[in-house]
Parts: sequence; C-alpha cells; structure tokens
Amino acid sequence: MMRNPALFAATGIAASGALAAPAHAGELAVTLEIPRLRVAEYHNPYVAIWIEDQAGKVVSNLDVWYDVDLKGKDKGDKWLSDLRLWWRRAGRSLTMPVNGVTGPTQAPGRYDLKFVEGKGPLKKLAPGSYNLRVEAAREVGGREVVTVPFQWPPAGSKSASATGKTELGAVRLTIKP
Amino acid sequence: MFIKPSLFAAGLALGLAAFMPGKAEAHRRWLLPTMTTYSGDSAIASVDAAASNELFLFEHNALGLDDLTITGPDGKPVDPAIIGKGRYRSAFEVPLNEQGTYRIAVVMDGLSGMYELNGQRHRFRGGADQVPAGATNVRVMNNAQRIETFVTLGAPSETALAPTGKGLEMVPVTHPNDLLAGEPAQMRFLMDGKPAANMEVEFVEGGTRWRDDPGIKTLKTDADGMVTFSADEPGMYYIEASQSGGEAQGDTPARRASYTAVLEFMRL
Repeated sequence: MMRNPALFAATGIAASGALAAPAHAGELAVTLEIPRLRVAEYHNPYVAIWIEDQAGKVVSNLDVWYDVDLKGKDKGDKWLSDLRLWWRRAGRSLTMPVNGVTGPTQAPGRYDLKFVEGKGPLKKLAPGSYNLRVEAAREVGGREVVTVPFQWPPAGSKSASATGKTELGAVRLTIKP
Repeated sequence: MFIKPSLFAAGLALGLAAFMPGKAEAHRRWLLPTMTTYSGDSAIASVDAAASNELFLFEHNALGLDDLTITGPDGKPVDPAIIGKGRYRSAFEVPLNEQGTYRIAVVMDGLSGMYELNGQRHRFRGGADQVPAGATNVRVMNNAQRIETFVTLGAPSETALAPTGKGLEMVPVTHPNDLLAGEPAQMRFLMDGKPAANMEVEFVEGGTRWRDDPGIKTLKTDADGMVTFSADEPGMYYIEASQSGGEAQGDTPARRASYTAVLEFMRL
C-alpha cells in the first residue's frame, strides 16, 4: 500500500505526541465580574462562556447562564438568541438546556469557574491558538463580548485578562498544562 | 385626424407601463417581521404587510393577505393567525412550532389585460374570455408576483427555500436568516426556474425617512442569475427585481414577474 508521505509524517507526530502527553489533564480557570449597574430596570444578564478556534468554530461550551426555570408563555430560552455571537456560533444548534453547561442567571459579583480538560464541559483541546469568549446580554440593557486569546497547551501556568466596558467587568483566564 | 408620432409613442408607453410590475409601480410592497431569528422550543413571529414609498413606514396601503402562503421547515404549509387589515397595514402572526426556517410569502399569478372599445380603454382581470365582442387592441398579460420574507426558529434550514420554478424567485446561497452586516451575501435569481441573467436588483436599506440619501444600490445579476449584496449597517433591507418574459403572441399572453423580499442583516 502506498502512503502519502505528508499524511504518514502527520500520523507519526500525532502518535508520538500522544505517547509524550502527561498523565494529568490540563486545567482552565475563569474569573469573571458582572458589574453592578445603576439602571432603573435591572435583570441579571444572560452569559455564555465558550472556547473557539481561530476559525471561530466552537470547540467547547463552558457555561451558559439563562432563565432556565422561567416557565409559561415566554420561557427563558426565548431570549437566548440575544447572545448573538454565541447563538450563531453554537446556541442555535444545541438542544437546551445542556446538561452540565446551562445554569441559572447570576447577580452582579465575581465568579470563579474551574474546568478540567476532558471532564464535564471542557473537551480535550488539541494544541493550537484559541479564544476564550465571554458574552453577556441583559434584558432592557446592552450586550458585550470579551475575548481572551490563549495558546494550548501552555508552557507552565499562564494567565491573561481582558475587561469589558459595560456589561462585563474583568475576565481573567488562568491555564495550566 | 393626425396624431404626432411622438405623442402616440408616449401614449403607448404609458399604456404598457400600467402593466409593468416592480419599478413602474411607485410603491414598494413588503412583509416585515419584527425580527427574523428566534430561540426556544416554539415562538410566534409577528409580521406586518404593506405597500409604501418609505421603508418601512405604514403610509400608503395595507397589503392584502388572500394570497399569503407560509412554508414550514418540513416544506408543509403553516396556517397564520390573521390579526386584520387596517387602512395602512395588515398584520398576522406565524406560529413557529418546529425548529428551522419558515418562508412567508404573498404569491400571485394571474391573467389581466386591457382592450379598447368605442374609443375607450378598459382593463380586465382574467383571460381573453373576459373581452367583449368588437374590442380592439386586446392585450393579455400573465403577471407573477412574489413578496416574501424568512424567519428561523433555532438553526437555519433549507427545505422551505426550495424554488417552485414559477415566476421570479430568489434562491439563497447565503442563508437569508444568516446575514451579517459587513459580510457579502450571495443570492441567485430564477425566472420560471431558469437563471435570471443580467437583471437589475434594487437593494435598499430600511429607515429611509431618517436619511437624505434614498440608500438604493442597484446591482446586476451575472449570467447565472447570481448577485452579491453587502450591507454596511445591520438592519432590515428590501430587495426588488422584475422581469418580462416576452410579448403576447396569439393565445400566449405576455409574461411579467416581480419579486420583493425583506432581509435582516445582523451585527455579530
């Protein structure tokens, strides 16, 4: 059987990479702030947190906060499409709620979230460049997306952050190989 | 009696213009959904239907809904809930109970014409059997009109977008509920199922009342009927095109067709 040399080489690298992979899985911690806003009518924002590759393809949905329990004529999922970027990239092709990903909305404050590679919502990440995206949309309010680019796997523990102007405060990403 | 040739020609042109759909008709006709993308298990799309000069204002006439046809994501018809018809607008709701894309259209395809009798010009609806004996200058026209828009619950789907092969139609290449400001959107136009080549298409940004510039871009389809729209700003846009498919010959009526649609461009 003839083998394409390029393909053969690629397979070889992948195989040796798998052998060299450490026994423990990578970790990813996200700290995010939902600012307290002085407005007449305040509703907790809908928030989506996900990882996408350089082409904008979603590789992991980490968290989606919305009015999961809102019942009746206008259920909570009615406003999921207000998370416009997440909705187009991932939300519209998911069946909500997603086990282990979706949860209720949160009040203003600081939130620490931790994800382990291959466990729960954080899928195994192939080596490469990614963006952590955090999008917030608030009823009778605005919308904002904060992006933190990162490389995977990191050489040692690394952190990076970005800050929103309106709907989101500081978003900090800490990664460990 | 002598008629100046130029005046005679003008009169003839005017007579024909009365039959021309699209550009010769001063008013734009549209179906305007309040929004085009919905989430959840089910939703209700609310739609207004009107003919107007300005986009999208209710200032000329309500659009009749007798020929309203809604195609669901499975390709089957969906019954609208008609709210009613006022002086300036008709309104209805579309229940979205299946995930996917719905095509909402007012489709008309019928015969009409004109004749002269005892020096007077008359118009009629229907075929040549409507023409009384002794009439002269009989002209019968087949006029196909499609006025449409699209809404999607959940992820966009393709089934409802399949062309019917009748009249002037737009076949999306870029999904009509997946349009972004700043990204080109490709569409293909068909006349009776065949590429509508080298045809002018008007592309107009909504909100004409609040600008001095009418905001009309005139684009032309290529040999394959393809055209590329590009919206700088998010919002509701209107497209319009018309075609004539030949003059009347014997029992075969002249064929005209028009197409209009409302498309929403989103900000990502």
